[in-house]
Amino acid sequence: MWEYTDKVKELYKNPKNVGEIPDADVVVEVGSIVCGDALTLYLKLDNGKIVDAKFKTFGCGSAIASSSALTEMIKGKTVEEAAKITNKDIVEFLGGLPDQKMHCSVMGQEALEKAIKKIKGQSVEDEHEDEGAIVCQCFGVSENLIRRVINENNLTTVEEVTNYTKAGGACGSCIPKIEDIIKEELNKVKEKQDAEVAAKPMSNLKRMQLVEETIQNVIRPVLLRDGGDIELIDIDGKKVYVALRGHCANCVISDVTMKNLVQEKLHEYVEHDIQVIEVK
Amino acid sequence: MESNVIYLDNNATTMVAPEVLQAMMPFFMERYGNPSSMHDFGGDVARDVENARHSVAQMLGADYDYEIVFTSGATESDNMAILGTLQYYRDKKHIITTKVEHPAVLNLCRQLEREGYSVTYVPVDREGNLDLDFLFDSVTQDTAIVSVMYANNETGVIFPVEEIGAFCKKRGIPFHVDAVQAIGKIPVDVNKIQCDLLAISGHKFHAPKGIGVLYVRRGTRMRPLLYGGHQEKARRPGTHNVPGIIGIGKAAELVMQHLANKDEVERIKRLRDKLEDGLLSQFANAHRNGNRDRRVDNTSNIGFEFIEGEAILLYLNEKGIAASSGSACSSGSLEPSHVLRAMGVPFTSAHGSIRFSLSRYTTEEEIDYTLNIMPEVVNQLLEISPYWDSKNKKGKLIGELAR
Repeated sequence: MWEYTDKVKELYKNPKNVGEIPDADVVVEVGSIVCGDALTLYLKLDNGKIVDAKFKTFGCGSAIASSSALTEMIKGKTVEEAAKITNKDIVEFLGGLPDQKMHCSVMGQEALEKAIKKIKGQSVEDEHEDEGAIVCQCFGVSENLIRRVINENNLTTVEEVTNYTKAGGACGSCIPKIEDIIKEELNKVKEKQDAEVAAKPMSNLKRMQLVEETIQNVIRPVLLRDGGDIELIDIDGKKVYVALRGHCANCVISDVTMKNLVQEKLHEYVEHDIQVIEVK
Repeated sequence: MESNVIYLDNNATTMVAPEVLQAMMPFFMERYGNPSSMHDFGGDVARDVENARHSVAQMLGADYDYEIVFTSGATESDNMAILGTLQYYRDKKHIITTKVEHPAVLNLCRQLEREGYSVTYVPVDREGNLDLDFLFDSVTQDTAIVSVMYANNETGVIFPVEEIGAFCKKRGIPFHVDAVQAIGKIPVDVNKIQCDLLAISGHKFHAPKGIGVLYVRRGTRMRPLLYGGHQEKARRPGTHNVPGIIGIGKAAELVMQHLANKDEVERIKRLRDKLEDGLLSQFANAHRNGNRDRRVDNTSNIGFEFIEGEAILLYLNEKGIAASSGSACSSGSLEPSHVLRAMGVPFTSAHGSIRFSLSRYTTEEEIDYTLNIMPEVVNQLLEISPYWDSKNKKGKLIGELAR
């Protein structure tokens, strides 16, 4: 049994805006009966504003609730405002969804996005080209959708991607490809963070704090385990003066300790060009 | 005592029979001794354990009580049967089973494939009947065991285990039967089947959860899964689950009484048919999954086209009716039931399949109520479905539906 929120239960029991709009300005379909869920969205527009929205959904309780939520959220909004709605907003509106049901909210977002493209006159024929290659053949999930959902929801595992998009949930042959995509997206995020860090020089105060924290929380515990210890003597710019204590002080491999442990950790946690100097 | 829910999910689990609970009660606080102990306080309990074993042996038509090994349930029994046999016949690396087995067998076989075994999964036809010739043709010199379920949990379809048993006996191949869904519903006789091993689970026939049995024919060669004490002749060590064993013994007695009562057996079948025929005649979008005649009497699996199974279950749940579904959504996986897919049931109705499973406690009022509620549920969901033309009251044929 799924743990559905009261809001989800309310909306699948008594969904709002069920039906068709006979003179709808836009009608879009996403999903398919083969995949197990499908949504048809009807929009009525007036002067750039969504004045009515209705839906028909084939799917489980959370698919019905997500569809209903979507129509409630976009009614009365301008097309521009509606375009900003993501699957996260739908999940929030519902007070949460079980992990394995996240794809229901993504289906809502997909329908909305497709509708907005149509409104803006982008031809739907171009859509497949536009959406990039299909990664998951079983559920027809495109690379672009996977990338976007990874970024918008900070996903890091294949399981999460499957929960959000269904990709990889059937035959599993696309799982290696999904792994690659996740790796690429995570690298992009990391590169971006690194670039931000590199662009902003670290203040002396910040550096001193980080050095102290790293020695205290990362380096000392390792040395203490072997009966050794370390003392921070001074920090001068990027030069860090330390003294080894206990067993380490007389240890024949103290140079190795310095290089492999102390310097490496400070490079990792503080800055890559920290210089460690041992005070005997 | 009984809850208000209309419980039509008895293939998932059953209520503990009042007589069973009553029989078990003294073994918690009064007679809690260990049957392996030397003192009378424990030793006397051993007699009750042996009586329970005798009841189970009788129910299965076993020649000897010691052919009954108590386990924690059918998952353990199935694993013990297959792994225990493979451990003994170490040079044989081929297993034959079916595409529609319970995960207890199917996932074990998948794991064994990773470990280097080859597994033949025998297919079924559109009605869920086993391709017997395929099975017979699959046997090789390397075949270590044939494992086939007696009745399918989703459709209730009964497999010809007696023919398979006769074949295996002739070829000298160990034959294991997963009889979890047959027990209590049809007579199960290990000598008619001529199987070497047979698994059952207590909670499917009104005993509690956590107790099962593996029938092991005298002379069957196998190794234990667990090592420990001498219990169950060291075939399944571990202190006896005494209350569970007493419970399954009592439940076995009740099964024998029940199956001897033709009127009662007929009553369940009549109620199942009333429900099924009622649904099929009411809804043009409903189809039966599985062979109509060759199946256990308590199970009905209906596929509703154009609507989704989990949604049906949630709506039924609101009305106090408990059933289950082979839909993708309800299982947490993304694909519909492996049984329905093996049968080639189109996705259009596989996603909307509902299994109703009755028990001897099901009443006519409950079936009537369900039949009354279903139109409301189905029609409400059809109204929501994009594949339903509500004006013309028929399904919309969309390209994919042809698949």
